[in-house]
Amino acid sequence: MKFDSPATSNPIDRGRVVGIPQDRIDGPAKVTGTAPYAYERHDAAPSAVYGWIVGSAIAKGRIKAIDSQAAQAAPGVLGIVTHQNAGPLDKGNMNTAHLLGGPQIEHFEQAVALVIADTLENARDAARLLRIDYAPEKGRFDLAAEMGSAVAPETGFGGPADTRAGDFDAAFARAPVRIDQRYTTPDQSHAMLEPHATTAAWNGDQLTLWTSNQMVSWSAGDLAKTLRIPKENVRLVSPYIGGGFGAKLFLRADALLAALGARTVGRPVKVAIARPQVPNNTTHRPATIQRVRIGANRNGVIDAIAHDVWSGDLPGGGPETAAQQTRLLYRGDHRLTTHRLATLDLPEGNAMRAPGEAVGLLALEVAMDELAEACNVDPVELRIRNDVQHDPEVGPSRPFSSRKFVECLRQGADRFGWSRRHPKPGQVREGRWLVGMGVASAFRNNLVARSGARIGVDGKGHVTVETDMTDIGTGSYTIIAQTAAEMLGVPLAAVTVRLGDSRFPASSGSGGQWGANSSTSGVYAAAWALRGKLAEKAGFAPDQAVFEDGMIRQGNQSKPIGSLAGREGLWAEDQIEFGDLAKRYAQATFGAHFCEVGVDIDTAEVRVRRMGGAFAAGRILNPKSARSQVIGAMTMGVGAALMEELSVDTRFGFFVNHDMAEYLVPVHADIPEQDVLFLDELDDKSSPMKAKGVGELGICGAGAAVANAIYNATGIRLRDYPLTIDKLLERGEGSALA
Amino acid sequence: MKPFTYTRAASVEEAVRSASSVQGARFIAGGTNLLDLMKLQIETPAHLIDINHLGLDRIETTAGGGLRIGALVRNTELAADRTVRRDYAVLSRALVAGASGQLRNKATTAGNLLQRTRCPYFYDTRMPCNKRRPGSGCAAIKGMSRSLAVIGTSDACIAQHPSDMAVAMRLLDASVDIIGADGARRSVPIADFHLLPGDTPHIENALKPGELITSVTLPKPIGGTHVYRKVRDRASYAFALVSVAAVFDRDGQGRFAFGGLAPKPWRVAAADAAARSGAPAVAEAALDGARPTPLNAFKQQLTARTLASVFRQREARA
Repeated sequence: MKFDSPATSNPIDRGRVVGIPQDRIDGPAKVTGTAPYAYERHDAAPSAVYGWIVGSAIAKGRIKAIDSQAAQAAPGVLGIVTHQNAGPLDKGNMNTAHLLGGPQIEHFEQAVALVIADTLENARDAARLLRIDYAPEKGRFDLAAEMGSAVAPETGFGGPADTRAGDFDAAFARAPVRIDQRYTTPDQSHAMLEPHATTAAWNGDQLTLWTSNQMVSWSAGDLAKTLRIPKENVRLVSPYIGGGFGAKLFLRADALLAALGARTVGRPVKVAIARPQVPNNTTHRPATIQRVRIGANRNGVIDAIAHDVWSGDLPGGGPETAAQQTRLLYRGDHRLTTHRLATLDLPEGNAMRAPGEAVGLLALEVAMDELAEACNVDPVELRIRNDVQHDPEVGPSRPFSSRKFVECLRQGADRFGWSRRHPKPGQVREGRWLVGMGVASAFRNNLVARSGARIGVDGKGHVTVETDMTDIGTGSYTIIAQTAAEMLGVPLAAVTVRLGDSRFPASSGSGGQWGANSSTSGVYAAAWALRGKLAEKAGFAPDQAVFEDGMIRQGNQSKPIGSLAGREGLWAEDQIEFGDLAKRYAQATFGAHFCEVGVDIDTAEVRVRRMGGAFAAGRILNPKSARSQVIGAMTMGVGAALMEELSVDTRFGFFVNHDMAEYLVPVHADIPEQDVLFLDELDDKSSPMKAKGVGELGICGAGAAVANAIYNATGIRLRDYPLTIDKLLERGEGSALA
Repeated sequence: MKPFTYTRAASVEEAVRSASSVQGARFIAGGTNLLDLMKLQIETPAHLIDINHLGLDRIETTAGGGLRIGALVRNTELAADRTVRRDYAVLSRALVAGASGQLRNKATTAGNLLQRTRCPYFYDTRMPCNKRRPGSGCAAIKGMSRSLAVIGTSDACIAQHPSDMAVAMRLLDASVDIIGADGARRSVPIADFHLLPGDTPHIENALKPGELITSVTLPKPIGGTHVYRKVRDRASYAFALVSVAAVFDRDGQGRFAFGGLAPKPWRVAAADAAARSGAPAVAEAALDGARPTPLNAFKQQLTARTLASVFRQREARA
């Protein structure tokens, strides 16, 4: 099915199952421990032995020699894989560094060996006996020091490196009010609960991988490419994933080394990347340096806006596209965005939790708070004044498909009690707490991707959906079941969903908040095909048949779909392909974040007291799991604002705090009441589901609302994240702190 | 984790005997720190002696009116003990400020005193660390030292002691009761129990090989207003940047002990003496001689501010 013109009325609009809060259909399997995760496929590979990854002890250089004698002789050791015996390997399209290093070392903790043994403990102990002689080289690890050599990256996921409209420099120079500030965000780690893990087994030249991966088709292809075998010889199975956040978009070392290890020892091998290895071995969100300039009139109406972003990555890597939202969020005739990419020898930077906007808004939305203050305009009102209903770089010829941004600001402000905010910072005190409120806009692009599915109905009227779509804890199982149930007129309980198997039709996968909208649209397409087949069997006209209560009906005639499917069942397969609506219409999701913080008057400890958000993201397919996603994302926003930081040791070129004791994310005690409002919205240009992405919207801007609330509480404006006690104290003089 | 043998000791005497006779033996109690360190091969005991079933889990009053806390009393139990909450409130508050509920259920009184530093370089065996591998150097002094010690350090080591409980114990002048391999018992004031790093940062306490802590004894209650204030980078389940344990009496005298600042629970007589002069004076006395790094120098100001918060809390209660 091609989606190239706006959706009209369709069966999803009935809203009997879709749009109703539903419990996760995979919930019971998860809470009873019966959902099989990649490292526990005792059912599929009961004879699996254990691989332990050895990571490089240097960041850059090469391996001079490997002495594996002692390791090989250690108890229980079955084999050792290194670059010396792995055979010729290619590199996946989505990988920057090689997943198995050597002799060249590209980053610290890059996998250089896999030790395979009969038990995990034996593999881990033997790995310590591997003697690797390195010749280290000087590397580049400091983004600020490498800014000068940064270059414009190629056009990628985030569009071109630079965009311009009008004459920014001239307009900025003549603007009566000017903001020009520099902001920084640190390297961050995904910190999903389940580390990367894979069980691999060969049967002849056929390889099966039970793994934890967001993008089944990409990764099956990249594994085949890396191993130089045909893609059809690889089966990748990833039905349950303990969180991904972008860390599992790509093939990683666990998968490749499990496959190589299984080939070496001639039996299934399982490999998990140990928690302390994850931050340096895998990908992370790269640090940014950002400059935001805004020129406005005295009423805060923007005439000129520029956002320059610097980030770094390994040679061949990509930028953090943190200026994306600045291209679309606010009005202004004179515009400039730039991205510059420095070469760094730190571990690979890549997508994490709303790449681009999540850190871009940490800068832009603080700049907007600074503009509001400079113009003496309420920060909510300032944003409303700068709303624009079309792509401001292109003009009115490219309107937004839907944009309830102003409504989010207004309704969100009302619900939160924004009017109680004191406009002057440092004025509100409750006991030991300085109290402040902040607001920030939420914005995230609405991406869509081709997605396929097959759907069948059996003789009893039970429906089964198969697609290689993944559920990374987001609720894909449930929204896909809802879609199938709505389309075929059966209850949710009459639908079985099978996900995450490369034998199923290729889907959009999960990433960039495109998964829910795209994959359900794929199921919608397949369901249309099945409806056609059922109507044909019933002798009804497909466009007049109504599906409800397990029956197909036309006029006063009706037949059970089970009996039409018959004993052998009836299946259909299709995919959704998106036309040029995303070109003709700017498509994005919007919202407004509100936050109240307390800052201890003595110690500068920050405690978030309340958060509220209003969001418009098209049809909300399952309000219950969508809310869960959004509050989780808001929590990540608190993490970004207050604590998350991979600390770079620029002498050794690695992230020092590489475990969960030292890399802090919010705990329950950090997160208070979170109020989420979804505005009613249907976006007919986004997909036949009239939905948009929502999973990442909640993080976008949330941290800036925290930062702005801290300013309102204390009068301290911090521009270097995370906003920790030491930074607040450094600026304590003249603030409201004691 | 290297292969190791394991026995469950039948008596305290047997435990210390076998600890001194078996090469590379270590006691195991809650295991909340030791097992993690074994997995990383930072600790590589050849033999573990399980002391969980030796009856060392009782809390009882002493003849002198103090409290004897068995070495194996779990942190959760100690924090909830009625006598502790009434007479040694600062200890109860320090305990619940530490770790998580699950860890406190498992962690023991003696094990808490012996827990090792959270210096990130100590945890990465590819990095130099004089505490982990004597003589290999210190990666932390010029590295990511934000969380590390500012006073009591040496050129060999700036690792901080991570405990909350021990800070309160130090404030209360606890003593550590020890039995040796020969069955001889001795008691060490907590002030002398933890050692400063000097040139030997791998030697962290006064225990001799084979010695076992049997209990920790608190002197009789000192009354007063008890405060434990811990400042960290998130609201719970994080180690202290700075913590202050304090007891004030009615006439404004006070005593203070500090966590997060030093290689051991930090207490200075001059700081106690400055109680009537207020928070800045106490902080100045406590940190006299501090040698912070550029990344952790903020802890000096934070100490004064945390003390200010403690004084404020005391006023609110008075």
